[in-house]
Amino acid sequence: MNKLDRLLKNKTTNLLSIYFTAGYPKLNDTKEIIDALEANGADLIEIGIPFSDPVADGPVIQFSNSAALENGMSLKKLFEQLMPKNNEGRIPKIMMGYFNPIFQFGVEKFCKECNTSGIDGVIIPDLPLDEFESSYKSIFNKYNIHFIFLVTPQTSVKRLMKIDNASTSFIYAVSTNSTTGGVADFKAQEEYFKCLKDTISKPFLIGFGVKNKSTFHSACNYANGAIIGSSFITAIAETGELKEKIRNFIHQIKN
Amino acid sequence: MKIQIDKNGYYGESCLSSDRFGGAFIPEMMHENIKELQDNYMEIIEGPSFIKEYKSLLKDYVGRPSPLFYAESLSMHYETNIYLKREDLNHTGSHKINNTIGQILLAEKLGKKRIIAETGAGQHGVATATVCALKNMECVIYMGEEDVQRQASNVARIKMLGGKVIPVTSGNKTLKDATNEALRDWIFNPIDTHYIIGSVVGPHPYPDMVTRFQSVISEEMKLQLIEKTGKPNPGYILACIGGGSNAAGIFYHYLNDENVKLIAAEGGGKGVETNEHAATISKGKTGILHASKSLLMQTEDGQIIEPYSISAGLDYPGVGPLHAYLNKIKRASYISVTDQEALVAAFRLTQLEGIIPALESAHALALLEKLEFKPNDIVVINLSGRGDKDLNTYLKHVKDE
Repeated sequence: MNKLDRLLKNKTTNLLSIYFTAGYPKLNDTKEIIDALEANGADLIEIGIPFSDPVADGPVIQFSNSAALENGMSLKKLFEQLMPKNNEGRIPKIMMGYFNPIFQFGVEKFCKECNTSGIDGVIIPDLPLDEFESSYKSIFNKYNIHFIFLVTPQTSVKRLMKIDNASTSFIYAVSTNSTTGGVADFKAQEEYFKCLKDTISKPFLIGFGVKNKSTFHSACNYANGAIIGSSFITAIAETGELKEKIRNFIHQIKN
Repeated sequence: MKIQIDKNGYYGESCLSSDRFGGAFIPEMMHENIKELQDNYMEIIEGPSFIKEYKSLLKDYVGRPSPLFYAESLSMHYETNIYLKREDLNHTGSHKINNTIGQILLAEKLGKKRIIAETGAGQHGVATATVCALKNMECVIYMGEEDVQRQASNVARIKMLGGKVIPVTSGNKTLKDATNEALRDWIFNPIDTHYIIGSVVGPHPYPDMVTRFQSVISEEMKLQLIEKTGKPNPGYILACIGGGSNAAGIFYHYLNDENVKLIAAEGGGKGVETNEHAATISKGKTGILHASKSLLMQTEDGQIIEPYSISAGLDYPGVGPLHAYLNKIKRASYISVTDQEALVAAFRLTQLEGIIPALESAHALALLEKLEFKPNDIVVINLSGRGDKDLNTYLKHVKDE
């Protein structure tokens, strides 16, 4: 049982997951962001691996990806920043990124490094279920790394069941037909969220379009929690002290 | 040898995934759309009503079959027998329309109302806007902001045809970014929209589907060669390659005829020893971009490198998985041709035959300088497009000389 399993066992409502792009705003902000998120009560951290061509992302995360690459971020660098000595945190961490940088790094080497760096799971949007199961599942299992699948409003019930069955942790429910940072009307998606609740047995978190206290709580009405990315990235890019900005951001969501 | 895809869209028969190219590395948001295409495309495009309408439009609207022209002066110059497959004479000026006609009919059968496409030089954008006008469908073309500036006349054509051009400002503002933006549009519009990809790239079934639509080129050519030479097979087939659709089309019906040498010219830019080229096969490594596994120009960290070629149709950082596979099994060979070599070849064809080729096609013509032919060899070159769109570049070259 890793930290993510423990979290999902002990807490089933209002889970707050925060995504940030490693290497943004500055190359070496990773540890400070993680520490501040943990100190202020985020439940889960998603560390984004920057990529030159993030097709499922909207403008904010596209920008943070290219800025992080210009700052010199790479998987190698990121794992150095996450070395065990820097990684005594208690809250679970997952990595999120597109497949090509991981493929070049080596999938097995990546899983091994995740394991030694205290990473509990990964989200790789462009490594879909079939490709994962036919070629990579055994490697992720070997290193005890959860593979977290996405579902969308377009996902059929039959496929939801297949994904639920393949999932070993929570499921990432994309709120609407959009890229990250879109505008979501959760009321309009009620039928979809209810269908998720009725169909899948695993916990699920809603992401895409969750950006503040009201959207967070509205998402949590339907799901075990929600994921905030773009609006967090926008907030930490503003002027001011990083720790302070993170503290303010988390507090305005939670209180 | 049998060159087909397996049920997951991979070329080749190897069990080792490292040896295979293709697949569908799509985010879940595109799953239902791609699955719909995967499940239906073969049945639709092999259906009698589809074939009838497709063939009829190719004949009466596009002007096919495109002629196979014996280039006498060029043949004398190179002391061999050179034929040009005149895709430049198609409606809209290139081979691109063979694919857009096929895909618009497919979209219609699937009940789609809205078409999106990416374009670099604008040829595929024009071919897409053309078929959308023909079939009265909404048309949105993504084009890098840089390319919008450079290809003003094609932008104007798209607009006159009723298409909407969206300048893409993300990334490097060229073809790769236009493709990203079209994929994002599809995520936002998963129900009524069909994405007409312009080359043999993207997730399964696109590489196979686009290859099949372009294969009309080699299908016609076999018959035309029998008529002109008494035999269906040439010694050599030459084409240019960016994503690789015209090369795939002219190679297709010869893939199993191993005595026919298949050779494609990559955009060598300022030379493959510089960092400014688009020689994906010579210099790329296996990776995943735009949802398929193929050869890519990338850094050692797996970030995509922006390619360069004088020809906007060749500067794509990837290549269709079919070509990565043909290269791997050595069925086809891929040679890089520099900007300068392509320009020289374009002027030679213009002077000897009175045909101004597209800069892309000029890369294929430049292969004539790099290969040795015997006097009785038969060489077919795919003249994939006409050069009207490249006049500014050609004129600048004349001035520079």
